[in-house]
Amino acid sequence: MIERIKVGMADFNVVKSPGILVTLGLGSCVGIALYDAQVKVAGLSHIMLPSSKQIKNNQNKAKFADTAILLLIEKMMTMGAQKDRIKAKIVGGAQMFSSINNKNSLLKIGERNVNAALEVLNSLNIPVIGRDTGGNYGRSIELYADTGILLVKTIGHGIKEI
Amino acid sequence: MDFLDGMQLDVLKEIGNIGAGNAATSLSKLLSRRVGMNVPEVKLIQFNQVEMVVGGAETLVAGVYFEFSGDIQGTILFILDRASANNLLFLLIPNDFAEYDEDFSPLERSALQEVGNILAGAYLGSLSVMTGLTIKHSTPAFAYDMAGAILSVPMIEFGQMGEYALFIENVFIDGSSKIKGNFFLMPNVDSYPIILEALGVYK
Repeated sequence: MIERIKVGMADFNVVKSPGILVTLGLGSCVGIALYDAQVKVAGLSHIMLPSSKQIKNNQNKAKFADTAILLLIEKMMTMGAQKDRIKAKIVGGAQMFSSINNKNSLLKIGERNVNAALEVLNSLNIPVIGRDTGGNYGRSIELYADTGILLVKTIGHGIKEI
Repeated sequence: MDFLDGMQLDVLKEIGNIGAGNAATSLSKLLSRRVGMNVPEVKLIQFNQVEMVVGGAETLVAGVYFEFSGDIQGTILFILDRASANNLLFLLIPNDFAEYDEDFSPLERSALQEVGNILAGAYLGSLSVMTGLTIKHSTPAFAYDMAGAILSVPMIEFGQMGEYALFIENVFIDGSSKIKGNFFLMPNVDSYPIILEALGVYK
């Protein structure tokens, strides 16, 4: 049996080949998939908000792009991954209710989550080798630790591998 | 609990109860028939249990979304699973309703948005009467997608305050058809003190 680990909202996890990490129904949240191909260690983080620095109640580090990515890398390193080998793919950050067009709308949070994830990865010199972000629809993702392939499934917008 | 204490939660629950009463009355008028609405259940859930609300993160749900502004700001989300949406549409537009279509037609969408509009008006109306605050809401936005994706909108809103989301479960009953909806009323972080102060419970 191949290990299949679910990663919920404001959560992260890691797995070794041949395990699979799964997140269902990403909306404005962002899934950050990290992979070290040499040791076949995969990590997946499901963040809700861009930055722990803008929020008073920030104890749950898995909730924010800035703190979650660091924790995820640490956990991957305990399983043999090396930071300079890790590559990233990011998915999600949709605007689910696109017809409300208010510049200050909280609905823009998807885009802000994506930008925050890109910034954090960039500051850590982790290359982003694939992304499927934005739009106004949800996505489910599966990250395969034996290949590093990230499968993205949607309702009415097809299935793709990145 | 992290942001709301027990008393503040009770206040929000009471607003939910009164709002539900108003909503049942308004919905009866729209449908020209009596609508019974049971006492709504106000629940707190952790983010990682969000999919329990509707039976799975990939369950397809219809969502109607509003933003409100005035003395306080925030958002409202009303969600229905497909079976409930179908039962409701059958009551609203029996002649134009195609049960087996994959997506909702424009007419079906606007019918569901109108129900959302009535519910939002009923809840915000109760809140306004109880607090004396002026509140107006936007036109509705509609989405039909995976529950996890649609629920990420209120979860992120609550996520700025703590580790829990508050929602109100309404069951509208009309004869044999059962319509179950979930309603999220989410004042933004800065609006909570204003509401609670207006109600005289702010510490």
